Amino acid sequence: MNPYILIIVVLLGLLVGAGIALSLRRRSSVASSGAGVLEADGKGASELLEPAEPKIQEAAEESAREVASLPAALKPTKSAFGALRERFGSGPITQEALELLEASLLRADVGLATTQRILAAAAERIATRSASLDEVLATAQAVVLEVLGDRDRSLSSSAPEGLIPVWLMVGVNGVGKTTTSGKLAAGAVAQGKSVVLAAGDTFRAAAADQLALWAERTGAELVRGAEGADPSSTVFDAVARAKARSADLVIADTAGRLHTKVNLVEELRKIRRVADREPGHVAEVLLVLDATTGQNGLVQAAQFTEAVGVTGVVLTKLDGAAKGGIVVAIEEQLGIAVKLVGLGEGLEDLQPFDPADFARELFSSSS
Amino acid sequence: MFDKLSDRLERITDRLKSRGRINEADLNEALAEIRSALLEADVELGVTTTLLQGVREQCADLERSKSLSPGQQVVKAVHEQLRAALGGDSFKISYASRPPTVVLLAGLQGVGKTTTAAKLARWFKEQGRNPLLVAVDLQRPAAVEQLRVLGEQISVPVFSDPSSPTEATRLGLEEAKRLGRDVVIIDTAGRLAIDEALMDEVNAISVTSKPDYSFLVVDAMSGQDAAHSAKLFHDRLNIDGVIMTKLDGDARGGAALSVKSVVGRPIVFGSTGEKLDEFDLFHPDRMADRILGMGDILSLIEQAERQMDSAVAERSAARLLSGEFTLDDFLAQLQQVRKMGSLGGLMRLMPGVTREMRDAANGIDDGQINRVEAVVKSMTAGERNDPNSIDGSRRTRIAKGSGTSVQEVNQLLKQFKEMQKMMKSMSSGGMPSIPGLGGGIGGALRARKALAGAEGTDLASLQEMMGQKSLPTAAQPRKTQPGKKKKKGGRVTPPKQR
Repeated sequence: MNPYILIIVVLLGLLVGAGIALSLRRRSSVASSGAGVLEADGKGASELLEPAEPKIQEAAEESAREVASLPAALKPTKSAFGALRERFGSGPITQEALELLEASLLRADVGLATTQRILAAAAERIATRSASLDEVLATAQAVVLEVLGDRDRSLSSSAPEGLIPVWLMVGVNGVGKTTTSGKLAAGAVAQGKSVVLAAGDTFRAAAADQLALWAERTGAELVRGAEGADPSSTVFDAVARAKARSADLVIADTAGRLHTKVNLVEELRKIRRVADREPGHVAEVLLVLDATTGQNGLVQAAQFTEAVGVTGVVLTKLDGAAKGGIVVAIEEQLGIAVKLVGLGEGLEDLQPFDPADFARELFSSSS
Repeated sequence: MFDKLSDRLERITDRLKSRGRINEADLNEALAEIRSALLEADVELGVTTTLLQGVREQCADLERSKSLSPGQQVVKAVHEQLRAALGGDSFKISYASRPPTVVLLAGLQGVGKTTTAAKLARWFKEQGRNPLLVAVDLQRPAAVEQLRVLGEQISVPVFSDPSSPTEATRLGLEEAKRLGRDVVIIDTAGRLAIDEALMDEVNAISVTSKPDYSFLVVDAMSGQDAAHSAKLFHDRLNIDGVIMTKLDGDARGGAALSVKSVVGRPIVFGSTGEKLDEFDLFHPDRMADRILGMGDILSLIEQAERQMDSAVAERSAARLLSGEFTLDDFLAQLQQVRKMGSLGGLMRLMPGVTREMRDAANGIDDGQINRVEAVVKSMTAGERNDPNSIDGSRRTRIAKGSGTSVQEVNQLLKQFKEMQKMMKSMSSGGMPSIPGLGGGIGGALRARKALAGAEGTDLASLQEMMGQKSLPTAAQPRKTQPGKKKKKGGRVTPPKQR
């Protein structure tokens, strides 16, 4: 047993007790949004947080303003690479070129650690001879492709005899779970399957209505509960309905939830357990991830996997400028395969993930 | 990952402690660490580079400081740059001389515009205004319905028209005038910033409504592209302010800095949860700490407050101080703390906690908490009230009943006894005997007592009392506060209720 556990629990309790009293007090006074709160008299640890001298402050403000006028900072990844091509063509590579290469990957949200590993691996392969830019690009792309590897990117709808396969959609708020559920239903119905959509988001206002419209569009059957109902029972009902109608597949939408909310994660665990009970069988737990997400995407993937065992990622909103590079880190570090990509809000805007396309896009230059 | 930067910088500052002036190589190393932290926090690459350039210049003529080590001076410079970049004048809404005041919300898909619209409406209501919500997201299935339901929850009328977004906007403004509403909040559909047609549409909505305020709604977990899409929205709509959403997650939120740097307008509001009251004015100083990966004690407290039963927490704290803390209280505390999320994560958020404690906390998972809880639950009420009465045979029974070992039961009881002793001695003004833990608990106790006793204690004093260090304080002596004497006969005066 951890010798600190008691102390830690008590300490937290005390702090919260103290803090609650403090925040109650603060609520009743004017809460300014400035830095005033931390501007102490310079006592103790607060000395380090003293307001800056006026001239330093000005300089800081100037730097901040300067950023807004720096066009280079704002060019999307594609153009940065276009600049690379323009300057070097197919001549020998330089340090500056490598830095631009790093910038491309970073701007694609690949993340610092993964980017450095990719570049190190690429550099190793071309260290022995002077390489042209094209070669470096190709090598880096090959490294990314290797990281993405040969994974099973198919969606499984197999289930033991007599059980109905269930696809569970999970993820944080606003990523596109409901829309993706609809698109998946459309795809399955187009393949001749009969689909039951479970409106497992019983929290968000009109979430079931949203899914109902998708059910209508796709010809899938909808099972919904009352708003505020227990999502697990809605999923349970959906599975039962699917069994009764001998449907081929249940697609269960769930409410968006931050992985930091313990009780909501617990709720999700329960949903999965219920969905996996006879006559249901959880064949896929799909983490829906927004391509605009930064490094937090990796944390999301790790946490959701720990909670409910993610079997694949759906990367949505890839039709935007964001590259979704965080999936490289997810595949590399967690071994979870990206199975699908979302390219729009329409029924057909869902495609299988193509690693080669994706790797190319990470480095591509704009027209 | 919250403690990573502090730890990394601590290592550097330790090495730099002995040096008087910071040299080029040291500065480069420190800046490299900070660059890593900023990129990991999703601060846009160009913005990061510029920020660090500013820091480099600021550090160029660093004089030898009496109290700060060179490493600390670098960190201080970073902090200042960040706060300057994020902060600025506090935002004040000025209402239109001829009502209604029109507020337009725009942003990418899924950032939380609809929920934010309702939250804003509620906020305006609290300011004594009469808002009307106008739903012009005709794209997303049931979006209008969603806003209607939310509107009902806060008793704010919602208007929409299925014709077209611009027509709905126009009619919405007329409706506002007809109903005598003095604020109009327009919720638009989420759209890609690079979709020309949709950007034309939101521009048309803006032209039709002539908003007094156009707010860009940005998701706190956005990555590198946040700056770019913000610029595109700004080019079209001339954004007046930014609203950050989903701040209750653990994303570091560098997008806030990126967007502010690019758009040059203040971040006005921060949304900290799915409920409509989880909405407040934005705090740039706290965001700076968060981006740098340093503990933000107030957010922790507010988060905990939301998830814990404050009455129970207050009661337990009071009982602890007066020496009445029993295993029952501990059990209640344990169950509360569990709701707050992973202990390790929480501890990492708390400055003033020693490295040993943080490492120890890292090792604590739900499994461990479950075990401790099981042990305490296996005790009878009598045993919980008087742990001294738990003899060998009882311990065996408890171990069996909880599925743990007698060893673990022994350990827990021993710890509890020691803790009680420690609480008693600290309550009466003495110093705790367990090394390394004194800062945290002692500080917390003193803070608690000071709050109960004194009026007008502000955050700075609280932080100081708890020995909070946002930054490594290798060169600084920790200030100690004289302990307050425990009141005879008992209970600590509870603070006034909200």
